[in-house]
Amino acid sequence: MRHLTYLAVLVACLACAAWLEPLLRVGVLRRWRPLVATVAVVAAVFTAWDVLAIAAGQWSYDPAQLVGVTLPGRLPLEELLFFLVVPVCAILAFEATRRVTGWSDGSASAGSSGAGGVSGAGGSSAPVDGAEGGGQR
Amino acid sequence: MSYTVAAGCGVVIAVLIDLFGLRTGLVRRRLFWATYPIVFGFQLVFNGILTGRGVVRYRPSAILGLRLADAPVEDLAFGFALVLFTSVRKPRTKREKRKPVFRGE
Repeated sequence: MRHLTYLAVLVACLACAAWLEPLLRVGVLRRWRPLVATVAVVAAVFTAWDVLAIAAGQWSYDPAQLVGVTLPGRLPLEELLFFLVVPVCAILAFEATRRVTGWSDGSASAGSSGAGGVSGAGGSSAPVDGAEGGGQR
Repeated sequence: MSYTVAAGCGVVIAVLIDLFGLRTGLVRRRLFWATYPIVFGFQLVFNGILTGRGVVRYRPSAILGLRLADAPVEDLAFGFALVLFTSVRKPRTKREKRKPVFRGE
């Protein structure tokens, strides 16, 4: 069982955040396409860092506590999974906090950089769910 | 290069991307600083397990040797860079004006 140590930590980590999805209905996992796009970029950058650090001998892993699948760059499978699990957990936490507080992350507010150019949003004071349309003819 | 230098660079680069690269400006937002302590708490727990049980072992000469809950301080910087970069890259949110928790739908 010792070889499952790292994997068990990852499962526990995911379990700590996953309940936010149904409880607060943050929709992070439901909108999985943008999530995959985000996590792929983050995982690519940080696994590259990891591989370089392993090559430089900055850290190493205890083979007895790994399932034993090693990816190119001497990267343990768990380490790749780490860079998938942690970003998902972080985004869940971020969106849950946003939902509970109602605070803006800046991405949809008028003063933000406008990156992304969301279709038809027009860039200023996004109308909400038809609320503004009520008085129009 | 030591892990100390690499982790420091990681933090600086992540902040620069946030402020000037993608101009998400999350480090200037209370939402980020409300979320980060939560993530940080869990990081201390899980990072502490991984380092405390020796799943990950660090070359002593690559780190300062300062530790918090078994994790080298460099890991905390690494974690900050990872969480900030993730938050910067996270999917854009379209609906903004939701009331906290309460929803009228």
